[in-house]
Amino acid sequence: MQQIIVFLIRNKTGLVFIILFSVAFALTLKSHSYQNSRFVSSTNFVTGSVLELSANIHDYFDLKTQNEKLVEENQKLRHQIFNLKPGIDTTLVEFQFEMDSLYEIKKSNVISNNYDAIDNYLLIKGGSNDSIFEDSGVISSLGVVGIIDKVGANYSRVISILNTNASINAKLKKTNHFGTLTWNGKNPNVTSLVDVPRSAPVKLGDTITTGGRSLVFPDHINIGVIENFELDENVGYYKIDVRLFNDMTNLGKVYVIRNTRKPEVLELINDDSQ
Amino acid sequence: MKTYFLNIIRFIILILLQVLIFNQIKLFDFVTPYIYPLLILLLPFNINSIQKLFLAFGLGLCMDFFQDSGGIHAAATLVITYLRPVFLRYSFGLSYDYQTLKFYNTPFRERLVYICLMLVVHHFVLFALEIFSFSHALYFIEKTLYSSIFSIFLVLIILNLISRKD
Repeated sequence: MQQIIVFLIRNKTGLVFIILFSVAFALTLKSHSYQNSRFVSSTNFVTGSVLELSANIHDYFDLKTQNEKLVEENQKLRHQIFNLKPGIDTTLVEFQFEMDSLYEIKKSNVISNNYDAIDNYLLIKGGSNDSIFEDSGVISSLGVVGIIDKVGANYSRVISILNTNASINAKLKKTNHFGTLTWNGKNPNVTSLVDVPRSAPVKLGDTITTGGRSLVFPDHINIGVIENFELDENVGYYKIDVRLFNDMTNLGKVYVIRNTRKPEVLELINDDSQ
Repeated sequence: MKTYFLNIIRFIILILLQVLIFNQIKLFDFVTPYIYPLLILLLPFNINSIQKLFLAFGLGLCMDFFQDSGGIHAAATLVITYLRPVFLRYSFGLSYDYQTLKFYNTPFRERLVYICLMLVVHHFVLFALEIFSFSHALYFIEKTLYSSIFSIFLVLIILNLISRKD
């Protein structure tokens, strides 16, 4: 017993090192699973406000580009309004209204953006105080950005689509063939769409949008265009490189989308499985 | 008391510098310099080794909080702090053993060896834990190499700026 104590005292530095290193290693392991560490996150008050301060300064120099993006989006939306077919809204006013409230949209601001690691996260403004909920989708005016992963009081963390743990349901816009959007960890402008069946007519330059099969994103939100593709003969699935519409290295204003029927749907699914 | 105070100030300044300035630099979209190990590099040579480890853990964990990276910075900083006596002895030889070492009075070559060893090991552990898969081996080597060179370069510049030659 005495020898053990003597041994412990003599090697106390090594022991402290091993204990602290194990803690750090455990946190690292946790961060590589889909449910990243709840404890170590930048959604707390201190890191949030420091990063927000920095973002405020950065935003000021980025105003011109952001304005340009907003005008472009407005132009697109105005185009849609002016080209709406008359007649639809007169008979289906109430129905339309109900459809609209299916998704709740909130505006937000990116205050910290990582894209240089394998598993990237974003920090956006707005948390539980602004009724932002976990597992909501995040999009910018150009396309999909990510999914909310952790909500703090005033800030929320987003799993970027540039994260090897993220997988998003996506499809070919023309033919509705579904696949899963993943990232290989290299180029921040290119992601890959896997598990697209061989029967799909894949062509370079075709648009990829969200699939609407998940409860996170609505149907038909733009993601990117097909840059390159190859057919895996063994399994019979396409692997498609998708060039993103979004410049993930320069994000400003984003929208948070929440499916208000989600609890209801989840309840139904759970009832089914029992 | 003076060293405590000095190191707390350095701790805060280095973290703010790293988060507000150097984390924004993303050369070729994947090379980011990490200069916060400077705190560990410049610690007094006779500091209590257990205090030193806790300081390193705290420093690394702060970076992890800012970057949402789990525990990779904490682990990497712990490793270089634990191995620091080995690196010091290797780079400075006898003057470290006789406790007569003054960091700014050492020859530039020896100082460079010490800084390179510390930063390369730090980046190696950091990116190994961040990438955590063998399928990205080439990417890992590239990232470690480029980031290390960039960080060493910046650390040398900062050391030149803050050195007090008397």
